[in-house]
Amino acid sequence: MPVALKRMIVATLLLAAGSAAGAAGPRAEVMHWWTSGGESAAVRTLADAYRAAGGTWLDSAIAGSEQARAVALSRIAGGDPPTAALFNASRQFRDLIDQGLLNNVDAVAERDHWAQFLPASILDAVRVNGHYYAAPVSIHMPTWIWYSKAAFRKAGIAAEPRDFNELFAALDRLKAAGLIPLAHGGQAWQDNIVFRAVLANQGGAALYLQIFRDRDARAIASSEFRAVLTTFKRLHSYVDAGSPGRNWNDATALLITGRAGVQIMGDWVKAEFAGAHQDAGRDYGCIPGFGPRSPYIIQGDAFIFPKSSDPQALRAQLLLAGTVTSGAAQLAFSSRKGSIPIRADIDVHTLDPCAQLGVSIMKDRTRQLGNDESYLTPDQNGAMADVLTDYWNRDRDVAAVQRNIAAALRE
Amino acid sequence: MNKPAASPAAARRAPNPAHLALLPMALTALVVYLGSMLWSLRISMSSSRSLPMQDFVGLAQYQRLFANERWLHSLHNLALYTPLFIAASLVVGFLLAVLVDRQARAGGLLRAVFLYPYALSFIATGLIWQWLLNPELGIQQAVHGWGFAGFRFDWLVDQDRVIYTLVIATVWQGAGLVMAILLAGLRAIDADILRAARLDGVPAWRIHVSIVIPMLGFSFATAALLLLTAAVKLYDAVIAMTQGGPGTASEVPAKFIMDHLFGRANIALASAGATIMVLTAVALLAPLLYARRRALRASR
Repeated sequence: MPVALKRMIVATLLLAAGSAAGAAGPRAEVMHWWTSGGESAAVRTLADAYRAAGGTWLDSAIAGSEQARAVALSRIAGGDPPTAALFNASRQFRDLIDQGLLNNVDAVAERDHWAQFLPASILDAVRVNGHYYAAPVSIHMPTWIWYSKAAFRKAGIAAEPRDFNELFAALDRLKAAGLIPLAHGGQAWQDNIVFRAVLANQGGAALYLQIFRDRDARAIASSEFRAVLTTFKRLHSYVDAGSPGRNWNDATALLITGRAGVQIMGDWVKAEFAGAHQDAGRDYGCIPGFGPRSPYIIQGDAFIFPKSSDPQALRAQLLLAGTVTSGAAQLAFSSRKGSIPIRADIDVHTLDPCAQLGVSIMKDRTRQLGNDESYLTPDQNGAMADVLTDYWNRDRDVAAVQRNIAAALRE
Repeated sequence: MNKPAASPAAARRAPNPAHLALLPMALTALVVYLGSMLWSLRISMSSSRSLPMQDFVGLAQYQRLFANERWLHSLHNLALYTPLFIAASLVVGFLLAVLVDRQARAGGLLRAVFLYPYALSFIATGLIWQWLLNPELGIQQAVHGWGFAGFRFDWLVDQDRVIYTLVIATVWQGAGLVMAILLAGLRAIDADILRAARLDGVPAWRIHVSIVIPMLGFSFATAALLLLTAAVKLYDAVIAMTQGGPGTASEVPAKFIMDHLFGRANIALASAGATIMVLTAVALLAPLLYARRRALRASR
């Protein structure tokens, strides 16, 4: 009996080894930070698509985007890179490209004509010196203005605000009705989102680009920019005392329960509303910006492909780049992630109304704007966030803030 | 004092087994700790951003560091926090130790209760402190609920007072450790001395102030040493309670270093900050270590 058992074990092991060798398709270890409920459902659609294309997906999820990128960077520096790692489609991986640590996926990008359907700011981030170093997977828009329909009803606000004057009027009415007018999480990155919403909508695309892309000292010192900073600060008078340190999803919960009126935040909040069984258009509204020319800020996620000593890696990377950017994978992924697809050439009527609104705005290329990270290094971006969060929380002379922003962007 | 008598020649031939056993630890300390320190020093003099570079830019990163308002503000916060935290922990810890020492029955239970906070992760307890101190959720709201509408306790969201909430929460955590150290010291004091003092009719408070505290010198120095290292590396309490806010009001050097190491992809500037922190810690610890050694000698 023991002998028979031993034989059986050996046979099973051999069989297992044989089947592993038989499935010698491309194997990709994919590192990402999509760990919340909606996010992991979204990334599963990509894994399924990769498997259907004949690959093996090894999921390597690390909570927290900074931690995930830090681990990816140290593994690349240590010579044991993952097959693919998630980064923001920005300057975050420019150092890796400059030091020759990434494979390009030109073969797939040119076969599938990425240049024809990718938004300009995403294309600029993934294509460096004519080579494609990352495969974009999603487009988020960080500066949506969300409002609770129940709170608006209670405050007697009939129409969606169409400019900053109407927004402030609505906030005043919410305050008068005893509600929290602006649900805000007082953390530096959230302060920064509110600032970008004001800059893009009040300052306009031209000023936005002069500040972030050109780091133009004259634009930073201008009276237009001063007016943007003043409006930004004025919004602070509509937050509640519990705002400092609050997490973004706790702020969204204030909208969901009807205790607050407005939140300025990225489209990932839709997952919170969906979790509470609330629907866009019925329970909450989404305003992408003010006016028919309002810019659409693009915050993209993309997989990068580190160079590896494993000759099979490139094959796995090319297959991955082709799979995650395909129309079907994009549609399945976006509906769970709350983002919009990276390509404009697919039918999106199955997505929610806010996503459809976003896609229709994106059709006008002149309304697309890059995120701050598309233009600034992480260091410049962080230094600017320090100045803005300090200004949001303290009484500061606006002229001094302008000088500090100029100094932060000079480095 | 009572080393085994061995001829110098024999000692040279056979290595001390105790030293041999400690060798792996000594190597780890040398290679890992000292090596990492030297590596940080090297990186702090390069222009590294997200990946280490081998160029040399002298003290440029240090210049940038000390021109950075947030770094200076972080140092200022730490300078405010450290003495308050150490003093409050020592006072509270001492009072707890005396209390536990005088409770013959409940002493063991109390000791466990007071030491418990130290055993918990501050990431978890810090979140609870955040809720307690949040004016919309915690203590202030509860007191309002009892009918005292004028009560205000909103230090957590107050630019100028937020640093004191960090002191309160970390003293809650650290005082138990101080209590344990001082309690061990208290129990080691010869009971005859205390009995003699009591026979002479010396009041209890006087016994503690004039006899017990001076005899606890070594324990106090040990506790202060541990508290000082905890203060310099203050990080998890800030992350859990304030994330450096409101604004930049509760930023500390360790958070500055971590932010630049990862999120801001500037490991050279982060390494410069880390080097400054090591130098500061050594400068502060050296006199304390010296005082501790003197207290040890005096107690023998």
